[in-house]
Amino acid sequence: MDFTFEEQQVAFRDAVRKFLMVEAAPEMLREIWETESGRSKDLRAKLADQGITALSVPEEFGGIGLGDLDWVLINQELGYYAIPDSLSDTAYLAAWLLTRLPSDISLKKAWLPRIANGTARIAIGHPVNPFVSDAQLADLLLLWHDDEVHAVQRDQVKLSFNPSIEMSRRLYQVKWTPSDATRVAPARIGRELWEGVLNRAALAVSAQQLGLAQRMLDLGIDHSAQRKQFGKPIGSFQAVKHQLADVAVKIEFAKPVVFRAAHCLANNRPRAAVHVSHAKLAACEAAWASARRSMQVHGAMGYTWEADLQMFMKRAWALDAAWGDRAFHKTRVAQHIFAEGAALGPGETFN
Amino acid sequence: MRLEYTDRQQRFRKEVRAWLEQNVPKQPLRSFDTEEGFAEHRAWEGRLAGGHWSAVTWPREVGGRGCDLIEWLIFEEEYWRAGAPLRVNQNGIFLLAPTLMEYGTEEQKQRFLPRMATGEDTWAQGWSEPGAGSDMAAIRCKAVRDGDHYVISGQKTWSTRAVWADWLFGLFRTDANSVRHHGLTFILLPLNLPGITIRPVQQLNGETGFAEIFFDEVRVPVSNRLADEGAGWQVAMATAGFERGLMLRSPGRFQQTAKALVDLYLRHQARIDADPSVRDAVLQSWMGAEAYALATYRTACRLAKGGQIGAEASTNKIFWSELDLLMHETAMRILGARAELMPHAPDAGDIGRWLDGFLFAQAGPIYAGTNEIQRNIIAERMLGLPRS
Repeated sequence: MDFTFEEQQVAFRDAVRKFLMVEAAPEMLREIWETESGRSKDLRAKLADQGITALSVPEEFGGIGLGDLDWVLINQELGYYAIPDSLSDTAYLAAWLLTRLPSDISLKKAWLPRIANGTARIAIGHPVNPFVSDAQLADLLLLWHDDEVHAVQRDQVKLSFNPSIEMSRRLYQVKWTPSDATRVAPARIGRELWEGVLNRAALAVSAQQLGLAQRMLDLGIDHSAQRKQFGKPIGSFQAVKHQLADVAVKIEFAKPVVFRAAHCLANNRPRAAVHVSHAKLAACEAAWASARRSMQVHGAMGYTWEADLQMFMKRAWALDAAWGDRAFHKTRVAQHIFAEGAALGPGETFN
Repeated sequence: MRLEYTDRQQRFRKEVRAWLEQNVPKQPLRSFDTEEGFAEHRAWEGRLAGGHWSAVTWPREVGGRGCDLIEWLIFEEEYWRAGAPLRVNQNGIFLLAPTLMEYGTEEQKQRFLPRMATGEDTWAQGWSEPGAGSDMAAIRCKAVRDGDHYVISGQKTWSTRAVWADWLFGLFRTDANSVRHHGLTFILLPLNLPGITIRPVQQLNGETGFAEIFFDEVRVPVSNRLADEGAGWQVAMATAGFERGLMLRSPGRFQQTAKALVDLYLRHQARIDADPSVRDAVLQSWMGAEAYALATYRTACRLAKGGQIGAEASTNKIFWSELDLLMHETAMRILGARAELMPHAPDAGDIGRWLDGFLFAQAGPIYAGTNEIQRNIIAERMLGLPRS
């Protein structure tokens, strides 16, 4: 039993954190998001230099060959620095899915090295999401159709843009026609693959929500230490302190839930899907609580476009229903605990 | 990260389970807040000690079996799973003992720990006073040095289990001119000394679960002092760390309650689903108990690698006390009009334990440092907000 990360994993996370602190400052992200595409080739290239895009790509295709536990740490950082969807979608989810496609080696050869070196963006369409993120920039779309996996080129789909309140999101309604030519996995294989994608995507969102929750808490702490009223920093008042302390409690108890989910997914454990749904619920609750409390601590400043809080708050709101809303994930947890003869109670935590 | 038990840990679980199956009383013991119930629970402590199960994390020399924290968690999971009795000597075993091991002399460890393990000595705590509750540094109960004795005068209150306990540990003011957390000393004393008057206080359930203690020039040998004179605050904070941190409430307790709540809900589902918020609360309860278990394992693993329990221990206390309230409030809502029945009411059946638990859950956010104090600690020491 060891519930800690390996030193190497933590060291890599720390390196990514330091990099993003400099390269993904809020004012830079705002500039990028003001552009039409909302994405920066320059930033993606720098992220690739850090090795992030190569994380999940197998070594034979030019990657590092790491997995879910490494990504859970990196996705916390992507949340903390509000890095948009396409990075994790491409480098984590698409890399995972492409690697596991049945024997279509040309597809793997074509795309996995490009994922690793940061020159490809891949969008993923799954029926749990009504829209596809970043479809307009995607070099390739991996799309669900009756549990089959289809690989579709950008020029084979019709897109209509749906603006989101979250500035970094680029959501598209995708119209396309499935064919034998686009099918890369039949339903009997695709069903399990899509389940794997869904669980990893929900895990990625959970980890990002943890990072977002921590960022909004940190912004609330900074603001309440600097802002003075009645001659004192407002952070010295208990009414303010307790709001932020409650957020710290939620984050502290969501983290190990997310980490267990990552471990169970990485090791193909039978209850991994339940644990992922639990993780998503806990992390989203922490993130929403952090948004609300940090907003309150910021006062009217929190309601402005100018304050950076909005960047993280809106992302936390948007990601709540990404890859399964709360109803979806509660249903999955409920199916486990309300099943007849369910193994619950002390001693069942890691089974 | 490796979230699997080792073979050794699995064997340990089997050993615990087998012993408990053989030894846990078939009939529940009476409440340990009654005289007969206290005696029954003391006898159970003796039986546990007979199998070296009463204090598994202690060294073997003083009555334990040298378990690490993961084994402790496994033991606790099995203990709660088996429906074994509440631990009447919890204050001693889980709170005083770790402090004794850190600050006590060899003589003190040998003198107190083995008798604590067997339940021969049961322990109460002496922190709160009428003027010192959340503000513990306002303690006034004084201990005046007189040769090789301290002479104690004053009052302690809300002392859990003091009505029938044998010993008390707590903080006393040894420097009359001191203020706040200076000049306090940690002293251990038998509750049968001349000059001590114990006045039981009835709790919500009508039983005398705690007491006021009056000291009228009570003479206590200086050898009963733990650590240096004047170092009491530091020693007490270590105890408070254990209490809030890991050992006061093991996760098995809440997981067992969550499981029972799921069962209770399923039995009443046809009626109670008319209020969909109940189903959601049951779901939240189970997830909360899981989260608490996971967080505890994570902390235990971090400690095993040389980490320390810091201010995040305060997050534990808030989390489990609010979870305990949620679970018992939900159970009361499911039981509906029968929830108010006393356990001995003829038509209560076996539902009375939910009422007991509900009442006890009300105290959770108050004892061991109110949740408001915990939030202050989190804000100031974990988040770095300015002091009030």
